[in-house]
Amino acid sequence: MYDFSYHKPGSVADAVKMLGADGEAKALAGGMTFIPVLKQRLNKPSAVVDLSAAGLSGIKLEGDKLIIGAMTTHATVASSPEVKKAIPALAHLANNIGDRQVRSRGTIGGSLANNDPSACYPSAVLALGATIHTNQRKVAADDYFQGMFATALEPGEIITAVEFPMAERAAYAKFPNPASRYAMVGVFVAKTAKGVRVAVTGAGQNGVFRHAAMEAALSTSFTPDAIKSVTTPADMMNADIHGSAAYRAHLVGVMAARAVAAA
Amino acid sequence: MIVDGIGASVKRVEDHRFLSGKGHYTDDMNRPGQTHAVFRRSDSPHARIKSIDIAAASKMAGVVAIFTGADLAAEGVGGVPCGWQIHNKDGSPMAEPMHPVLAIDKVRHVGDPIAMVVAETKQQAKDAAEAINIEFEELGGISDVRAAIAPGAPLVHDDVASNVCFDWHIGDKAATEAAFANAFKIIKLDLTNNRLVPNAMEPRAAISEYDISSGEYTLHTTSQNPHVIRLLMGAFVLHIPEHKLRVVAPDVGGGFGSKIFHYAEEAALTWAAAKVLRPIKWTADRSESFITDAHGRDHVSHAELAVAEDGKFLGLRVETLANMGAYLSTFAPSVPTYLSATLLAGVYTTPAIYAQVKAVFTHTVPVDAYRGAGRPEATFLLERIVDVAARDLGMDRVEIRRKNFIPADAFPYQTPIALQYDSGDYQTTLRECLRMADYDGFEARRKAAAAKGKLRGIGMSTYVEACGIAPSAVAGALGARAGLYEVANIRVHPTGSVTVFTGAHSHGQGHETTFAQLVADQLGIPFNQIEIVHGDTSKVPFGMGTYGSRSLSVGGSAMVKAMDKIILKGRKIAAHLMEASLDDVEFKDGKFTVTGTDKSKAFAEISLTAYVPHNYPIEELEPGLEETAFYDPKNFTYPGGCHICEVEIDPNTGTVAVINFTAVDDVGRVINPMIVEGQVQGGIAQGIGQALLEHAIYDESGQLLSGSMMDYTMPRADDLPNILVGTESTMCTHNPLGAKGVGEVGAIGSPPAVINAVVDALRDYDVRHLDMPATPAKIWGIINAHTLKMAAE
Amino acid sequence: MPQISLTVNGKPASAEVESRTLLVELLREKLHLTGTHVGCDTSQCGACVVEVDGKSVKSCTMLAVQAAGAHVTTIEGLASADGKLHPMQEMFREHHALQCGYCTPGMVMSAIDLVNSHPDGLSEEQIRHGLEGNICRCTGYHNIVKAIHAAWFVMHGKEMPIAAE
Repeated sequence: MYDFSYHKPGSVADAVKMLGADGEAKALAGGMTFIPVLKQRLNKPSAVVDLSAAGLSGIKLEGDKLIIGAMTTHATVASSPEVKKAIPALAHLANNIGDRQVRSRGTIGGSLANNDPSACYPSAVLALGATIHTNQRKVAADDYFQGMFATALEPGEIITAVEFPMAERAAYAKFPNPASRYAMVGVFVAKTAKGVRVAVTGAGQNGVFRHAAMEAALSTSFTPDAIKSVTTPADMMNADIHGSAAYRAHLVGVMAARAVAAA
Repeated sequence: MIVDGIGASVKRVEDHRFLSGKGHYTDDMNRPGQTHAVFRRSDSPHARIKSIDIAAASKMAGVVAIFTGADLAAEGVGGVPCGWQIHNKDGSPMAEPMHPVLAIDKVRHVGDPIAMVVAETKQQAKDAAEAINIEFEELGGISDVRAAIAPGAPLVHDDVASNVCFDWHIGDKAATEAAFANAFKIIKLDLTNNRLVPNAMEPRAAISEYDISSGEYTLHTTSQNPHVIRLLMGAFVLHIPEHKLRVVAPDVGGGFGSKIFHYAEEAALTWAAAKVLRPIKWTADRSESFITDAHGRDHVSHAELAVAEDGKFLGLRVETLANMGAYLSTFAPSVPTYLSATLLAGVYTTPAIYAQVKAVFTHTVPVDAYRGAGRPEATFLLERIVDVAARDLGMDRVEIRRKNFIPADAFPYQTPIALQYDSGDYQTTLRECLRMADYDGFEARRKAAAAKGKLRGIGMSTYVEACGIAPSAVAGALGARAGLYEVANIRVHPTGSVTVFTGAHSHGQGHETTFAQLVADQLGIPFNQIEIVHGDTSKVPFGMGTYGSRSLSVGGSAMVKAMDKIILKGRKIAAHLMEASLDDVEFKDGKFTVTGTDKSKAFAEISLTAYVPHNYPIEELEPGLEETAFYDPKNFTYPGGCHICEVEIDPNTGTVAVINFTAVDDVGRVINPMIVEGQVQGGIAQGIGQALLEHAIYDESGQLLSGSMMDYTMPRADDLPNILVGTESTMCTHNPLGAKGVGEVGAIGSPPAVINAVVDALRDYDVRHLDMPATPAKIWGIINAHTLKMAAE
Repeated sequence: MPQISLTVNGKPASAEVESRTLLVELLREKLHLTGTHVGCDTSQCGACVVEVDGKSVKSCTMLAVQAAGAHVTTIEGLASADGKLHPMQEMFREHHALQCGYCTPGMVMSAIDLVNSHPDGLSEEQIRHGLEGNICRCTGYHNIVKAIHAAWFVMHGKEMPIAAE
């Protein structure tokens, strides 16, 4: 790891100020991806701004909205009575991210800011049509994800919370990478007031994406059978030592069917 | 009566320190004035080093010194030696290219060390290592053995034509060809034994020190055999005489073979300690382990089995290409040859066998022994081709094995391929394993699984292996450059407690418990009066270390021999004290007794007399009670048995789940059943890992694609089943304990059982063979291809 | 360099660290608590697991400065002052759930968290899944699972039913 200066501001405003003052500064959330990256010397920030004291943790139900603070850990989401009541699929997803220790420290905001193509959360946020709150604005999920590790966040912009609408039905099914246990294919299906949405993580070449054909089929009938004949184009898929594009395309269908059955 | 003796599941004495965080691993130690070393390594599989510029790096904060290959060469530092020499078919010796400690002129694999930075802190050493400016000319690398021997392939070593290290054979070629001429059918099979990364959980580490006043060097290192490191490094690389070089292997966090070998880092650190005149510590990062620890397996074979109409095996011929990596690691040449090809008879009476092995250099990490070393490769080949033969002949898989087993009354059994098995009973281990696994109930379980949409399969392997390495004269004739006996020194203290100094090294095997049980049993003294000392060349007289499942059969036998000497001397002292003749004094249950009388002396009385010789046969006997024994085994030992695996495949994803795994092994004498069971379970976990999960994958040019645990699948708790273990022992006939060894059986017997089960599960998908690992992607590929083919027809 | 204070195994501790110092480096190198190990550099193996403010975390994936003010428990802090082992340590010994001992401290720390967080029962499947973040190369996990299963009963003060192997 290269050395850096460490700051732990007590508010979002201070954090923003620190990040704004130094273009080489980086925000630190749970650090579950960022610290390994630093250890591998793949990133050389001048300063690390730890958001853990900025008052960004917490879960609340406001009417028909579930609002999760950006620094809320996966373990907290997984065990939250509010989340379990409002969107149990989200608690289930959080409960299967990484391992127990990762869930102790990893956060929803960190996951979304990083937008790792094999992270679980982006699929839920996109499928549920959630809204990302930042210190500057509110961004719709459809506008937020912009390809692998790319998001709508501007330099110095911090995610403060994520706002989820209620779902009539929702579920997440993941096929983990055998080695890393990250999602090799993860499919989140959701039926909300705005309709059916299907988001796929892990598989695509450009990070999380919506599966239009499946959404159309499930809008007609929200059953596993409805998507039996829906195919996923393999040329959109990743290929690596763990599986071909064709295999990933196939798994998208299998995971989607399992998610629909579970929803 | 000793309750903690042979056969008792004594809880381990090691555990308290490991469980309370008081283990003493190399990286846990620090020395006053210690510096830290980091190696700058090659990112390229094959390149010429045009220049190395250390000027800027040398000036960086905290840097003490930077050394390159040229610095070592200028002082006459030798290459890293190979401990085993194989001869070609024509009698000429194998190619043995120079393996410099730090690369000179060329780098030959990703991870090849180029420079060593010594600095005040590890981070400062890392900073400076990055800042060394090296100019490379890329030469293009090659990783696959078949490609490496093809015309025009880039050469790993300029003086090794076609990258062939040796071209060796064994067996009776004419007899084998005659057998094939008479065959009813010839079963042919191509197999690849997947390359593995050992990944002991403790990364390699070392601390070197030099005492300028005495001229002594000390190296603490993560080794399975510190005396071997001292011998190889002292005699061949650094030219330091043994009495000025101490090598210590303290608590070591797993080895599995990968910590047998003498590694370049050990030599570089030891050499440099005398240059910087401060201790130097180095600990590998895991990503560094992936590209520097010797890998395992990586054999590509073609096998043919000649069978008679009734299923009897008539002959076997095998051609293997074995990947050596870029340099010859310490025991690399022995693995595909004398540790593998000699085992091709397996548990069967195949009368004629001929094997050829071509060892090939590639631009990859050196390949050497990994748990099982050669025997898993032979067993996988054999147990796969036997299953394929059963399939092609329409025979039952159990029946074809039974028909060809070496019968229990045929021992000692001379195989046609060098080895003579001393004992075994393969029908019994098979029968017991079938019973424990409820083989007969399988079809019902298959149907139940099918009802849930799962493909269930069962597979077995019946195997024998050769371990207890090794009779020195035999090993020497086969190319070993060292003796392979073991040493024990037993020091009885005046009050009767005992310190045992053993050349075997424990890094998970629980020797401090097992050996103490053995000594307690034989000397009739309490278990807690015995201390086992290992792993330090300044304490233990000599030793060859722990590998090849040899610690009990060879190291334990040395202890028995030393104890025999102790008991004989004790009898002489007792005879003197009790005024009896030596022949009338017997030793039993910790007492020296005059036969037929109630006169006796306790062990501690005799030991006290030996050290306080007031009433003592001083004319005939020296005082003291301490004996050393070297035990050189008369033969290898031959554990064997049967493994049965039951799997379920999810056809939608290709995921293979191991539902049941049962092993019944013949490991000879068992000292501690609890530890034996643990060794078998651990070995099977690695075998299941090889069969389903693990694969070190290089791209064509020699870049390691599975270079971290993010891409190399380590078996985790939820990948594995409960493992049911039984033992059905016959005794080894040629060592005093009857011990055969247990460290490797799990890793040797299990992989073909898993793959045979997977192939069985895929019975409706026209699968004759599949190579390891049976990953979900591979299984789905097979299912999908078959489905598409059926749709097209 | 930042000076940080924290509580380790119930005792106050303070040390000067770099911002980039990991919690595991603080524990091993500054506080000489070498029972916590490092087995990988990708947060996969779990040899470094410790408890921070009641939660099990990977101390190789947390900066030392992030632990300022925290209560940290390491493997060295489990046994009681008279040397009596924690029930989890005792069950690991009883069931031969360790061989080389290198993964053991992290495994024990994870296992304690797993048992504590499942007051209503812990199945074999839950144990195996719950050990996802800890890799052991020696045991094949069979005996680790048995030890944790047994420790659950001891830690929750329940009698263990007699079951077949």
